[in-house]
Amino acid sequence: MQTRSLSPDAYNKVITASTVAPLAFDRDRGKSGSIAQLWSYRELLYFFAWRDIKVRYRQALLGASWAVIQPLLNMIVFAGIFGKFAHIPSNGVPYPLFSYCALLPWTYFSVVIGLASNSLTNNQSLLTKVYFPRVLLPAGTVLAGLLDFSVAALLLVGMMIYYHVKVTWLLLLTPLAVLLMVVLTLGVSMFLAAATVRYRDVKYLLPFVIQILLFATPIIYPVTMIPQRIRPILALNPCWGMVESFRACLLPNQAVDFNLIGVSIGLSVVVFAGSLLYFRKSEKSFADII
Amino acid sequence: MSVAIWVDKVSKQYKLGSSKPTLRDSIASALALDFARKSNEEEWLWALDTISLSIRHGETVGIIGKNGAGKSTLLKILSKITYPTSGSFGVDGRIISLLEVGTGFHEELTGRENVFLNGSIMGMSKKQMQRQFDAIVEYSGIERFIDMPIKRYSTGMRLRLGFAVAAQLEPDILIVDEVLAVGDAAFQKKCLDTIQHLRAASRTILFVSHSLSAVENVCDRCIWIDAGQIRMDGDTRIVIREYMASTSNSTPEAAGLGETASRRGNGKLQFTRVEFLSPDGTPLRIVRSGDPLVIRLHYHANELIPFPNLGLRIFSEWNLLITETGTSHHGIYIDALEPGDGYLDLEIGCLNLVPGNYTISLLATDMDGALVYDIVEHATKLKLHAANVYQSGKDIDIRYGVIFFPQKWNLSGALGAVNKGSDQQPSQWEPLSK
Repeated sequence: MQTRSLSPDAYNKVITASTVAPLAFDRDRGKSGSIAQLWSYRELLYFFAWRDIKVRYRQALLGASWAVIQPLLNMIVFAGIFGKFAHIPSNGVPYPLFSYCALLPWTYFSVVIGLASNSLTNNQSLLTKVYFPRVLLPAGTVLAGLLDFSVAALLLVGMMIYYHVKVTWLLLLTPLAVLLMVVLTLGVSMFLAAATVRYRDVKYLLPFVIQILLFATPIIYPVTMIPQRIRPILALNPCWGMVESFRACLLPNQAVDFNLIGVSIGLSVVVFAGSLLYFRKSEKSFADII
Repeated sequence: MSVAIWVDKVSKQYKLGSSKPTLRDSIASALALDFARKSNEEEWLWALDTISLSIRHGETVGIIGKNGAGKSTLLKILSKITYPTSGSFGVDGRIISLLEVGTGFHEELTGRENVFLNGSIMGMSKKQMQRQFDAIVEYSGIERFIDMPIKRYSTGMRLRLGFAVAAQLEPDILIVDEVLAVGDAAFQKKCLDTIQHLRAASRTILFVSHSLSAVENVCDRCIWIDAGQIRMDGDTRIVIREYMASTSNSTPEAAGLGETASRRGNGKLQFTRVEFLSPDGTPLRIVRSGDPLVIRLHYHANELIPFPNLGLRIFSEWNLLITETGTSHHGIYIDALEPGDGYLDLEIGCLNLVPGNYTISLLATDMDGALVYDIVEHATKLKLHAANVYQSGKDIDIRYGVIFFPQKWNLSGALGAVNKGSDQQPSQWEPLSK
């Protein structure tokens, strides 16, 4: 029964004496932040997505039908205003189909980044109480959004059949377009979520930015309406590549500039990598400053 | 045994004050503009200051300290929630931290759904949860409400469900922080049982609680953190005693008696002070329930005092007379006290009063009480600290009365009764042994 008032040095001796090597934090989960660790947490990613889905339409009378109603209403409004009144050309495709094909990835992108930007701050109690790779929260939102996306995509399939769209071999590349959309959305989501933890300003700025992006991206109008010389500047917007690649894959006879799509895709990858770095750098202080 | 947790010179610094920078501040400071807020206005706090320690597998370690001493910061660093400003640490094995049970419960989801979500957050696999779901629900005792959204649960029900999940985790290292502060007696018992179970299975446990009795009951070793540093580390009883001594600001040893309004008598003999001592005569810095205690009454006699009776009364916080005792009660017949300074010791084998504040009045009369030498009402205060009197980890306090008896329960006549509790009854309580 002896009491030790230990100085740090005394304890260091204890540690070195027993020759304990630094241990990995969690032996069954691999190194913190590694791919192996993320893989071991895949079930939690699934649960976060599942929670988002379960919660989203709870206590809503129409439930999951909102996943279809939202883009459908958008399309009707745009078709009415821009197609009928403004007579915006649509590259020889019925305007509703033309705009919906772009609204599909756009709705996914804009809704998910809006939700994901708050995914960390809305789970404050989790961040300050439990350890898990923080990236799972925005990633869960991105994953959950795919359900809404799939439902809305069924509507597009219906429209393509209704309008007797003749598909080309490019249809086979659609999964790549979806992948590009997810990569871009995840990248932007990670950045916004991490930035919101530090700067709540993001919350107020984001709706405005989304509004501008909607008009800066060829969604409700065709690329051909933009003067040739300023197209390269607008293509610096990664959403350009996302939207145009969907049209290129699904609609026939689109005058698609693959160079510009290429630039845009390249930028999406850069956005993803940059956001990942930013997220990894700032996640250490999430619990302290949230 | 090998080391489960090691911490090497870990420090953690927090910024005080307006902690959240806005976009404006960052942009301004990045551009080094004049309107950037001065950074030297910021205050920094060292929540942990070069802490080093190591904990072996199978140890049950209590962590005590005042609020804000850095206990929670240390636990948060060990559970990887926050990162140290400097220093390094390592943990060997699966660590589960119950910094707050039911973490991540979502209001809109049902109890069943939350069990899966919570389990997953805590690190259980889906298969494991499906296998243990029934056990979890049974443990929680809220089968009937399992398909109800958790927003309609009471606090107690949430707690039960959260702890039920946690109890199934079987971690190598468990970090428990203040779960016992909430919940009813049955829940607390379950918590302590689970901890004892893990302890029996040689798991490592870090236990933070303001209930020192619980710490004393559960932990072999105790670390006292004060102002971000380790103040003391060692045997639980000794650390707790020192900790309590430091927190009680009024040290009872030097309770001198001044001239107070509540004093009367002819003044031929006067009490000068009261001391609280341990049986070996050393002054006690704190007095705990159930401790042996010596109350030393110092007096000064101005002349020869024939046939005196010296004694005291103990009152509860609400002025209830608990006991009066004096030399005459014991039939002690003192023929005379010489003039001068002297003292009498009242030796108490087991101070069987529940923790709380008591006052002591002193009496000096002649044998039949007709002549009053000195009566000092409420001469001194006696603060009794909590102790693990039943060796069960359960605090007793004023709700359970004023006194407790040195006692044990005997179940031999209770049909089919088997004690499954962690209750370790004192096999022989010898109240008056010294």
